[in-house]
Amino acid sequence: MDDRDLAVSRRGVLAAGAASVAVSQVPLSRAGAADSTAKPAQQAVRLSVNGKAHDLTLDTRTTLLDTLREHLQLTGTKKGCDHGQCGACTVLVNGQRINSCLSLAVMHQGDEVTTVEGLGTPDKLHPMQHAFVEHDAYQCGYCTPGQICSAVAVLDEIRKGVPSHVTSDLTGTMQPTNIEMRERMSGNICRCGAYSNIAEAMAQVAEG
Amino acid sequence: MRSFTYQRAESASQAAAAVAATPGAKFIAGGTNLLDLMKLEIETPTHLVDVQDTGLDRIEDTPEGGLRIGTLVSNTALSADQRVRRDYAVLTRAIQAGASGQLRNKATTGGNLLQRTRCPYFYDPNMPCNKRKPGDGCAAMKGYSRQLGVIGTSESCIATYPGDMAVALRLLDAVVETVKGDGTARSIPIADFHRLWGDHPERETALEPGEMITHVVLPKPLGGKHVYHKVRDRASYAFALVSVAAVIQPDGTGRVAFGGMAPKPWRVEEAEALLPQGASAVVKRAFANAKPRSDNRFKLALAERTLAGILAEARS
Repeated sequence: MDDRDLAVSRRGVLAAGAASVAVSQVPLSRAGAADSTAKPAQQAVRLSVNGKAHDLTLDTRTTLLDTLREHLQLTGTKKGCDHGQCGACTVLVNGQRINSCLSLAVMHQGDEVTTVEGLGTPDKLHPMQHAFVEHDAYQCGYCTPGQICSAVAVLDEIRKGVPSHVTSDLTGTMQPTNIEMRERMSGNICRCGAYSNIAEAMAQVAEG
Repeated sequence: MRSFTYQRAESASQAAAAVAATPGAKFIAGGTNLLDLMKLEIETPTHLVDVQDTGLDRIEDTPEGGLRIGTLVSNTALSADQRVRRDYAVLTRAIQAGASGQLRNKATTGGNLLQRTRCPYFYDPNMPCNKRKPGDGCAAMKGYSRQLGVIGTSESCIATYPGDMAVALRLLDAVVETVKGDGTARSIPIADFHRLWGDHPERETALEPGEMITHVVLPKPLGGKHVYHKVRDRASYAFALVSVAAVIQPDGTGRVAFGGMAPKPWRVEEAEALLPQGASAVVKRAFANAKPRSDNRFKLALAERTLAGILAEARS
């Protein structure tokens, strides 16, 4: 084994692993189809990310997630499952949390996108970021940007009176109880299992 | 994902005309199910017509005392609407029992009705599936059918309709309004909207190619106690094994519809007439022609117990 083999970065290994998973999901019969050589359609899109406007020309297939990570180098937002099942890609669009992996960039013409980088900075953390640190609400940290964006939006949804599956009185006022927080955060998976601390961090922010 | 061209339509009729005139075109609204399937190349549209600018994002009162819901109203907005929470609580309950907060913010009323089955064999492109490729065969027949249908299925397909919202809409006798590519509008009762698979499991709804949902209309409120119980493998963010939507009146009569059992929300009016006799009589009648498999026979007992729980709750 020479030095080059040892120099393989963790990021490189992860990327190669993700690529092999993606390839294995495409049926063999479709590999190398003739139309795959046709020039893919491109489209211009203007979006504002964390208060900064960007004019981009993108392959129409580009998701909002890949736009953030690969075109704007905002790698805080993470790609977990790429199918809306894990929530690692959660960002705020016009103030609402969505899975950025299940949305095309071209669908967001003129939209305001907020990522974890836009919520706060290392010198001036958002109260939710601060609470996550204080309550040890993560272990490996991979799901954390999505958890934080989701958590910020959850408290906003409760304030606006959006009911949930566990809300007993649909016509009453919504309360940021532990059970409400747990239900509303179910679209964000944490394989390290930091859930109880995430709920405590959220409770601290909810109490102000 | 296969390459595609993309346009935005400014009205529903313009969108319908564009999809009808372009082979391989599809509508896109929230896109949460379509993009998932496009990544797997189960859906391979060559052109997408984005309908988000068509202005169909309002909930209006109807002269009949009901609500007319624009197709773009998100699951979150519909479930949070004060009129829906007060008068159609079973609809709020059903929507909030489905998906995650992120998905409900993007998922639309029309798009949710059109979501495709989560049969694991439909989702695996390396397995034969009559729904993905007509005539291909069905891997589910000899496969693991725990999540799959017990009634209304066929020799071609045993998949279920996966959604929650539509079960409540079926209970409420909603009407789906559409516009076709030639500009003509029509109304489809929700009971006729989703098809049984028969020999054509690739045809899932009554919509014609290029026909777009514009609104979903709710008749005037029913009163009564509104309940939606969903039984699933985890407490949140999972598809139903069995779900039961019910409106129970003080005299013990009411309506009941089941999810997770069939290719469409399953409501049998003659069965719900037996509600005063209890859950067993209703389920026996509603699923008289069921063809369960060894893996999913439990769904019949589960449906009865879930309904029994609802009736006990309604009496309390």
